[in-house]
Amino acid sequence: MSLPKEHDYIGLTEPSSMENSSSSIVSTESEKNTVLNLKETELRLGLPGSDFLEKKAGTGISLFGKDLKDEGNNGFSQIPLKNLVSGAKRVFSDAIDGSGKWDFPINGGSEVDLGNGGSENTNTLQSSLAGPSGKEIGNRNPRKPVEEKKNDNNSAAPASKAQVVGWPPIRSFRKNTLATNLSKNNDDEGKSGVGSLYVKVSMDGAPYLRKIDLKTYCSYKELSSALEKMFSCFTIGHCASHGLPGQEHLRENCLKDLLHGSEYVLTYEDKDGDWMLVGDVPWEMFTDSCKRLRIMKGSDATGLGMTCNLLSFLVMTI
Amino acid sequence: MVYSFPEEVLEYVFAFLSSDKDRNAVSLVCKSWYEIERWCRRRVFIGNCYAVSPQIMIRRFPEVRAVKIKGKPHFADFNLVPERWGAYVYPWISAMARSYPWLEEIKLKRMVVTDESLELISKSFKNFKVLSLSSCEGFTTDGLSSIAANCRNLRELDLRESEVEDLSGHWLSHFPDNFTSLVSLNMSCLGSEVSFSALERLISRCPNLKTLWLNRAVPVEKLASLLRRAPQLVEFGTGACSTEIRTDIFSNLVEAFSGCKHLKSLSGFWDVVPAYLPAMYSVCSRITKLNLSYATVQSPDLVELISQCSNLKCLWVLDYIEDAGLKALSSYCKDLQELRVFPSDPYSAEPNVSLTEQGLVTVSAGCPKLQSVLYFCRQMSNAALIAIARNRPNLIRFRLCIIEPQAPDYLTLEPLDTGFGAIVEHCKELRRLSLSGLLTDRVFEYIGTHAKKLEMLSLAFAGDSDLGLHHVLSGCESLRKLEIRDCPFGDRALLANAAKLETMRSLWMSSCSVSYGACKLLGQKMPNLNVEVIDERGPPDSRPESISVEKLYVYRTVAGPRADKPDFVWTMDEDGALRFS
Repeated sequence: MSLPKEHDYIGLTEPSSMENSSSSIVSTESEKNTVLNLKETELRLGLPGSDFLEKKAGTGISLFGKDLKDEGNNGFSQIPLKNLVSGAKRVFSDAIDGSGKWDFPINGGSEVDLGNGGSENTNTLQSSLAGPSGKEIGNRNPRKPVEEKKNDNNSAAPASKAQVVGWPPIRSFRKNTLATNLSKNNDDEGKSGVGSLYVKVSMDGAPYLRKIDLKTYCSYKELSSALEKMFSCFTIGHCASHGLPGQEHLRENCLKDLLHGSEYVLTYEDKDGDWMLVGDVPWEMFTDSCKRLRIMKGSDATGLGMTCNLLSFLVMTI
Repeated sequence: MVYSFPEEVLEYVFAFLSSDKDRNAVSLVCKSWYEIERWCRRRVFIGNCYAVSPQIMIRRFPEVRAVKIKGKPHFADFNLVPERWGAYVYPWISAMARSYPWLEEIKLKRMVVTDESLELISKSFKNFKVLSLSSCEGFTTDGLSSIAANCRNLRELDLRESEVEDLSGHWLSHFPDNFTSLVSLNMSCLGSEVSFSALERLISRCPNLKTLWLNRAVPVEKLASLLRRAPQLVEFGTGACSTEIRTDIFSNLVEAFSGCKHLKSLSGFWDVVPAYLPAMYSVCSRITKLNLSYATVQSPDLVELISQCSNLKCLWVLDYIEDAGLKALSSYCKDLQELRVFPSDPYSAEPNVSLTEQGLVTVSAGCPKLQSVLYFCRQMSNAALIAIARNRPNLIRFRLCIIEPQAPDYLTLEPLDTGFGAIVEHCKELRRLSLSGLLTDRVFEYIGTHAKKLEMLSLAFAGDSDLGLHHVLSGCESLRKLEIRDCPFGDRALLANAAKLETMRSLWMSSCSVSYGACKLLGQKMPNLNVEVIDERGPPDSRPESISVEKLYVYRTVAGPRADKPDFVWTMDEDGALRFS
């Protein structure tokens, strides 16, 4: 078995020869450049904690050996706080420089080796981490808010931050409560897209459902393309649109060939518990009243009070 | 002499032992005590549904009356655990239906419960009394109908914070007319309106009703009628209180509340119009728990209410209370034990309220009994944390969420290591800790050195290296649950402390730097652990071993690898092969 590659997630890249951690205990860089030696990782089932380390220190078999103990006694307490701070700041700036694991390229994945002389490993890490499939919408690099702050290229400073999944740690039912309250109390024009509104999306015939945050979209078009990406593994039909003039909905994005086979309709359950076709009301009204979404087979949707004569309706647009 | 006591005597003595710890200790004394104890254990708590199987539980404890089971990891609350991950309760219900016909209580947390399970519960246990579904999902109001219709001796139905598919409010009407045993009903998570007359009749005929948490759909003008029928209530949760204020509604409410001489806990208040709050003044002096976390009311109105609650022990509130309100709290409510402050607008870039670290410092100084804190804020300093630690060495739970990830001390721009270090150093009884803000490995050194009673630790965007994780795993002797997201912790600390993981309930690590190779190694070397890799990018085998896994969940178990994994979860096994069912 070959030696595993270096773990260089902060991107301080001097792919040095294998360092034992007994040297240079202070700087965090060397810590990371130490190669994971398989022999050192061989586990001994000793007692957890320092006893384990003490026993093994002499034989040098444990991963940390007495180095950590030394660090615990001497190294850390001697580090002036300033160095620690600069160490921490380096972490920030590394993220901005774009090297290392913690930085996803904003454009989504194909850019590799943003760092200086990044090792092969870094590239692999980046490209693998940056190429998600089936990831939940809104799952982004946690460092993104930092980047957005520091990048002057951003055209407009967003009123609300790029959202990281699950942060801040607030339960969904609280988020939905807040969203409703905020949209009612909100007078300022500047604020938009605040809060979040998670709704479940199910599709007839699909084995599982997903959750999406309606607040991350501004229009039916965005919602539609997001849903299409999410459920793209299932057959999506296209069709002509139905629409009333003067309303912002799916109409302008319609018209695909009808020959795609199965036809699906995007519906939603509103506050009163009724199932409605998506696209009839203005976007804001829709997000205010939508409780959940369902992509149903076109044949099931005929009872939904449509006035149009078309038998099937457009669901997904490109 | 112990061996001359007949079994019946020992059994009688053991019946006085209620804590699981005591019972576990007793069962280790000798074989005969083990046998006696297991036959008379009536309550079982299972902290992780995959740590043990229903069959093992039933085999050891054949006469159980009450079961409490927890499923998904805590981070599932924040959408970090993908849908379909697991924690299905049906296998448990079906096994217990066969073996525990006298089961009375089922309490579940973060589990997937289907209507089928609910129906099976309602039909299998003739003396069923208590159903508590906390943060559960997977069922509809049809399942509730089965419970209502069939559980003739039901005392408690608690659906707190569960996600229920709300088909209609009709389920409540399934309680039979001769059903009178209800003591506690929590339907606050439901959306649909229930038949109000059915609700009124239910309340009228259940004289032992002590707890009633309504859902949002019950409007404020209907509350008086309900309260008049249940003046014995101890805990009450309103619905939405947004109807425009009218004199008659208000005076009815005042009168109804004044009749409730036993009320200790209030909740609800969705969208409450501030003018309604004075209707509760007559009960304030007896109130010990107040949940205003859905009330978007400004600080002065909150203070008006809180200032009358001199016996308040527990307050949940939105950050509209602001520092000024917290100052008032600290002067009026000297008995306060628990404070939770939730953010009203967590996603905006700028603060919308004047709530800072100062509010928490003030409360820590003014409330000598404060032991449990959950606080969301936008700025923090080491000085404030040190002050809090010195003021309140009796803290047991301290969860601080500074909204911006990795925010430093706003005064000095330093990491918050020394602040949190002071917390763990002074608060020697600390059992639960959540960190936030800018943190280096140093804070973990402090935690490992001082937090000897710490049982649960939650980390996000913290630390510099494996040393941080190593400090925690090697130093925190009482650690049971560790959940980590987005921290630069990798293989070394994990593998070096593998044995520690067997002494804990579980470890969660997501968006860290643990490689697939290390996960495999851990799984191979530790047969008593389930090492589960969660990765929605496809099989980990399809990528190099050095690639970090998306999410890792490690837990001790005597049940072996689980058989109900979805296609994005892999168990790292001793034969080195990937296994998924």
